[in-house]
Amino acid sequence: MSVQVFEVRQQSPKKAKVLVAKLGLDGHDRGAKVVARALRDAGFEVVYLGVHQTPEDIVKAAIEEDVSVIGLSILSGSHLELVQDLIKLLKEKGLNIPVIVGGVIPPEDVDELKKLGVYAVCGPGTLLRDIVDLFNKAINTSRKTT
Amino acid sequence: MIEWEKEFLEPFLKKFPERKREFLTEEGIPVKRLYTPLDLEKWDYIEKLGFPGTYPFTRGIYPTMYRGRPWTIRQYAGYGSAEDTNQRFKYLLSIGQTGLSMAFDLPTQLGLDPDDKRAWYEVGKVGVSMPTVVEMDIVFNDIPMDKISTSMTINATAIEVLSMYVLVAESRGISRAVLDGTIQNDILKEYIARKNYIYPPEPSMRYATDAIIFCAKEMPKWNSISISGYHFEEAGATPAMEIAFTLADAIEYVKWVVERGKMPVDSFAPRLSFFFSARTNLFEQVAKFRAARRMWAKIMKEGFGAKDPRSMMLRFHTQTAGVTLTAQQPEVNIIRTTIQALAAVLGGTQSLHVNSYDEALSLPSEEAVKLSIRVQQVILYESGVIDTIDPLGGSYYIEWLTDEIEEKAWKIIDEIDRMGGMLKAIELGYPQREIARAAYEYQVKVEKGEIPIIGVNVLVEPGVPKVKILRVDPEVRRRVVERLSKFRSERDNVKVTRALDDVMRAAEKPEVNIFPYILEAIRSKATLGEVSKVLREVWGEWKAPEAI
Repeated sequence: MSVQVFEVRQQSPKKAKVLVAKLGLDGHDRGAKVVARALRDAGFEVVYLGVHQTPEDIVKAAIEEDVSVIGLSILSGSHLELVQDLIKLLKEKGLNIPVIVGGVIPPEDVDELKKLGVYAVCGPGTLLRDIVDLFNKAINTSRKTT
Repeated sequence: MIEWEKEFLEPFLKKFPERKREFLTEEGIPVKRLYTPLDLEKWDYIEKLGFPGTYPFTRGIYPTMYRGRPWTIRQYAGYGSAEDTNQRFKYLLSIGQTGLSMAFDLPTQLGLDPDDKRAWYEVGKVGVSMPTVVEMDIVFNDIPMDKISTSMTINATAIEVLSMYVLVAESRGISRAVLDGTIQNDILKEYIARKNYIYPPEPSMRYATDAIIFCAKEMPKWNSISISGYHFEEAGATPAMEIAFTLADAIEYVKWVVERGKMPVDSFAPRLSFFFSARTNLFEQVAKFRAARRMWAKIMKEGFGAKDPRSMMLRFHTQTAGVTLTAQQPEVNIIRTTIQALAAVLGGTQSLHVNSYDEALSLPSEEAVKLSIRVQQVILYESGVIDTIDPLGGSYYIEWLTDEIEEKAWKIIDEIDRMGGMLKAIELGYPQREIARAAYEYQVKVEKGEIPIIGVNVLVEPGVPKVKILRVDPEVRRRVVERLSKFRSERDNVKVTRALDDVMRAAEKPEVNIFPYILEAIRSKATLGEVSKVLREVWGEWKAPEAI
C-alpha cells in the first residue's frame, strides 16, 4: 500500500537518514515497524535495526550509517534506565544525535526522559503525522547544532 | 425483498441517505444493510453447525457449554519477585478468579539468569523472574497446585519452567500426572510476531515437539501447547489472518509430533489448546471464533484422520485485545473490554483474560485488575447471555459472516500449504509481511479518521490522563540475584555440571527427547540460564532478518 499521506517538509540535498530500533529485550515491534514505514513513506531513508538491540548496537549502527535521528521503541517499562545508558554512550562518543522515544511510557516519565536528554517522547496514541513532524524538526535541530 | 426495496427502502433513502456509502468489518468485508434467509440459501444446518459437543463443533465444544460449567476466569499476572507474584495470585483468587496465568519477565523468556548483563534492567518488569526452582516454590506458597490450573506464558524456555513447576509439585507430594495447566510452548508465533525466540527454527521445533510428546506420555491433564493467534492480532493481523496463521501453525506442530514422536494423532491432539484475541468489533469476532472451531474440526478429521472427537475440539483461551486500549481517557477501556469479553463468551471461549484499563501505560494496579474480573462476573452472573448455547447461532448475519471469515482463512492456509507449510512460510517472511502490511494499513486508516478511536482521533479531550502507575520496586532484582547467588553456592556443582553435560549430549542427538534431560538438570539445581546456555552452545542463536 503506498498511500502518500506524509511528505518531507524540509527539502534536503541528500535524503535524510534516520534509525529506528527496539532497545532492550522487549519484542513488541508493531509500533516500531509502523513508524519506520511511515518515515520511509514520508521520504526518509530508514535504517531499521529490529528487536533486541543494546545501546552499543544502536550507537555503532548510528555511527556507521551516519544517521540524523534515532527513534527508539520500548514497551517493557525499562525505558528510563535503557535510555540513560544509550545517551551516556552517545555523549562518550561525542555524538549529538537527537533521540525520540516511543512506546508504553507513563506521562510522569516524559519529563524524566527529557531531563536525560531525549528530544521528544511519543506515548500511546500518537499519530504518525505528528511523529513524522517530530523527526523533521529533530533533523533541523541536529543540523543547527552540528 | 425486492418489493420491500422498491416500495419502502428506495423512497426512504432518497429522503434520508445512509451515513456511509460502504460499511466494512475490520477484515474489510462489506456489510450489507440487512441479512435474510436469502443469504443462507444453500446453507445446511447439520453440515455447518451440528449440535454443541458434536462435529464440526461450530456451536461449542461441550453439549451444555456454560450451563454446565462457566469459562475459567484467568487473568495473566506476575511481576517483580516471586513474593510479589504470590501475593497478586492470592489476591486474584480471593476476588473470584478460578485459574492462574503466570507472566514471566523477559530474561526468563529468553533464557537469561537475572545476573546476566543483558537481563539486569528487565528483571521482574513484565513478569516474574524465574531462574530457579526456589522462585517457583515461593510463587506457589499456600496455593494448592493439585486443585488449581495454571497457565504459563513461556515458550523458548518452556521445558525449564515446566520442570520447575513439576518439581515443586512433587516436593509437595503431588504427582505430575494430576497437574492441570498449560505451557504456551508455541515457538512459531514467536518468529512471526512475539519475538521471544532463542534458537534457530529447526531445533526450536524439536524442543516444542519434545515437550508435547513428553506431556502426552507423562502429564495427561496438561495442555502441552497453546497455539496462539493473539499475538498475530496484536501485531496487526486481520481476524482471518489471525485464525489462518494459528491453524497453519497447528498443522505444522501436528505434523512434527506425528513424525518425530511416531504417535497417532489421537494420542496427543486432545491436549492441544489455542489462544485468540477478542476485539471490539463484536459480531466479526464471534464469527471468527466459530469459524476457527469449524475449521480445526475439519483439519483434524479430514486432514489428519483423527477419530477421537476430542482431537477435533478447538479449546481456547481468549484475551481482550491489548492494542485497542488507549492511554487517553483510560476509563473508556473498561467499556471496550466489556464488549470484547462478551465477544469471547458469545464465541464460546474456555477461559478468559480481560485487560485492565490502565494497561496502555503500565502493569495493571490491583484496583484495575479487580474491575477486569468484575467485567467477567457481570457477564457470568447478571447478563443472562450464557443461559443458552451459542445464542447468536442461526442469525442470518452471523452465519453469513462466519462463512465469509472461514473462506478467507482457508485461502490463506492454502497459500501457506503451497509454500510447503508454516516453517517454510516463516522462512520466506510471508506471515510477518502480511501482518506488517495489515498493521500499517490499519494505522493509515486511523490517521485518516476512517477508523474512529475515542480519545485518539474522535472525541479528543485535552490534557494528560491521570492514572496511578504500578511500578516494579528496583529492590526486586537485588533480592532475586542475592537468592540466586545463595542457591549457586549451596548446591553440588559436580552434580550440576554432570547434568548439564547430559543435556548437551542429548541436544546433540536429534533423535532424543530433550525434556527428561532438562528436568534432571533442573532437579540437580541447574538454573534456567545455565540450561539455556548449553542449548545455545549446541543449537546456536537465531537472528531473524528484519524488514519493515
